[in-house]
Amino acid sequence: MEMNGGQALMQSLEREGVEIIFGLPGGAILPVYDPLLESSIRHVLVRHEQGAGHMAQGFAQATGKPGVAMVTSGPGATNIVTPLCDAHMDSVPIVVITGQVPYAAIGTDAFQECDTTGITMAVTKHNFLVTEASDIPQVIHNAFHIATTGRPGPVLVDIPKCVVDPRNPRSKLEWYEPEGPDLPGYNPQTAPDADAVAAAGRLICEARRPVIYSGGGILKSRASEALLAFAEMVQIPVVTTLMNRGGFPDDHPLCLGMPGMHGNYTAVTAMQRSDLLITLGARFDDRVTGKVDAFAPDAKVIHVDIDSAELGKVRVPEVGIAADCRKAIEALTAAVAALGGRDAQPDRREWMSTIAGWKERYPLTYDQDLQGDVIKPQYVIEELRDATPDDTIVCAGVGQHQMWASQFWSFNHPNTWINSGGLGTMGYAVPASIGAKAGCPDRMVWAIDGDGCFQMTAQELVTAATERLPVKVAILNNAFLGMVRQWQELFYGERYSEVHLTESLPDYRGWAESMGCEAMRITAPAEVRPAIEKANEINDRPVVIEFRVDPEENVYPMVPAGASNDDIVLSPDHLG
Amino acid sequence: MVDKRRLHTLVVLVENKAGVLARVAGLFARRGFNIESLAVAPSADPRISRITLATAATPLDQVIKQLDKLINVVSIRELQPEDSVERELLVATVRAFPETRSQVMDLVRIFDARVLNVGHDKLMVSLSGGPNRVDDFESLLEPFGIVELQRTGKVALPRLASAGGEVGEF
Repeated sequence: MEMNGGQALMQSLEREGVEIIFGLPGGAILPVYDPLLESSIRHVLVRHEQGAGHMAQGFAQATGKPGVAMVTSGPGATNIVTPLCDAHMDSVPIVVITGQVPYAAIGTDAFQECDTTGITMAVTKHNFLVTEASDIPQVIHNAFHIATTGRPGPVLVDIPKCVVDPRNPRSKLEWYEPEGPDLPGYNPQTAPDADAVAAAGRLICEARRPVIYSGGGILKSRASEALLAFAEMVQIPVVTTLMNRGGFPDDHPLCLGMPGMHGNYTAVTAMQRSDLLITLGARFDDRVTGKVDAFAPDAKVIHVDIDSAELGKVRVPEVGIAADCRKAIEALTAAVAALGGRDAQPDRREWMSTIAGWKERYPLTYDQDLQGDVIKPQYVIEELRDATPDDTIVCAGVGQHQMWASQFWSFNHPNTWINSGGLGTMGYAVPASIGAKAGCPDRMVWAIDGDGCFQMTAQELVTAATERLPVKVAILNNAFLGMVRQWQELFYGERYSEVHLTESLPDYRGWAESMGCEAMRITAPAEVRPAIEKANEINDRPVVIEFRVDPEENVYPMVPAGASNDDIVLSPDHLG
Repeated sequence: MVDKRRLHTLVVLVENKAGVLARVAGLFARRGFNIESLAVAPSADPRISRITLATAATPLDQVIKQLDKLINVVSIRELQPEDSVERELLVATVRAFPETRSQVMDLVRIFDARVLNVGHDKLMVSLSGGPNRVDDFESLLEPFGIVELQRTGKVALPRLASAGGEVGEF
């Protein structure tokens, strides 16, 4: 069937199962927005292209399906570079379509021209510049294949206007169904090596102080159930990194919670003292290891990752397994079961009782005076946690509020925690929550945001209101760029430089109302729970609650940057 | 100067598409790997280009694995010097005054090099050979005064038979 490139693009996206596109039209992408009118695909019109990218990410992180964004050339493309880089760091499968100036104009500094594939080469898993309309079906299929297989990631497809513009003869093509990906250099290996699995099984059955170090690869490979079965069989405690909160249930007795710079004492110290780290889909990020040379010094390492370049990148493993996490865990479970399963595990009662002692002695703490008039940010998160359904999706920006949310929420289901881990993109929460809500309309979605973050992407609440995506936003307003303020307090002698935002400027309530949201301002501990309950009842529009919280609260525990995890600093409350 | 004993030769087969060299070069730049020399041309299969590059980046394993992640990279192979035949081309313009010209010509003859162009007081010479031989030639030319010099970066293919086998190196 003869059609034009724009129609072929829409048909290709439909063929990939795309149901929703987050985007914003402009000159170069105009011809694609015309056949969109006939398409079954829903389009969510964003207010800034960065929002489109983060919405696609939030959609992908909530559903496990690839998120799709579509923007125009030049500034449309450059505005989406941050989400691409964010998705690249956190291995989030998104496909971004960008318009480009007509092929003949490329390289002439045309209006809204930029070298999009050049700019995004370093922040995508792969990108394509389409040169012929007839390439569109195959390239789109390749793009989705790359984004969703192996180590997932962002793929960008840059499409010059001439190949989609029906008025241009270059846009004509004969539609065809791609027979499969056409990528001779791409063949991700997902099956674990049997010998490596057997070696790992033996290490597990010898370990006296093992810890399972589980990362984002658990969620990407849908390995939560496999991990639960494995951990229960071997009775080994599990830490869940920032990228895998919810990948193993917090309410499980074997769960130690989050390790790392702001991890809890037990998770951090158990890794430090362990003799075997069973690393599953994690990458020894500096925020987890602290000073690498001093990290888990007595531990042998089993490292499972689908990306073989992660094996040995930071820490050389005793056993490296380049494989899909779920397949590897299932193979490990079978290997250990063959060795005797739980009966083959050494006596670890001393290790487990040491860990239980840490849990009891060093819980996460904060001091909320319920009769007073100061709201502790941690209190807001605990109230939110307790007043919302167990499968609520929580999105965060970056900074103190993000750490408190990860620490104090109880994540018991996979894909319920959505945040920007690797890149640390402030402003992630609001657009990501909108994408999550679009993907999971029947679930409650809360964005927990800081006042600094909120000001970066708040305009997307207009999108949420217009598109009937009723997300809820809790702003923990401490009138500071709080994490930076904390570092200046602790490491720069309380010399505060450019971190004070103003408590009442902007007027968050008025701003949210003007964007079509229900809005509340809460200033006393006693008002916190009723406000949350009221917000939970509102389902026809977004809700924003501004909580005025203690401006001087710090995130603890904390391992200072570059320090050993042995030097973990506890909350001053512990000293009291 | 990089210690040449630490240089590894990688033969990277890539899809012959626009921008692939930029992807390879960009990867080396952003991962902090240095490229010592680089040669690129289509292979016998026109859909595939062959990149021969020398690098001292460590660990080499990381370089190879990161390269392998590039979608357009079809295969990567490290060539050990003892198991491969390496060639490089040098073209140089050298000062050759009447009183030194015969000495330059002696070098050209000894190395089996060629004279490509002759001027009043300069000679343009070329030599193709193994990297060590080309190094020696370059350093012996230096005292005469090298005006301009271009080396290609080495290309390499695996040796057909092991040392001591019946196939010699020419």
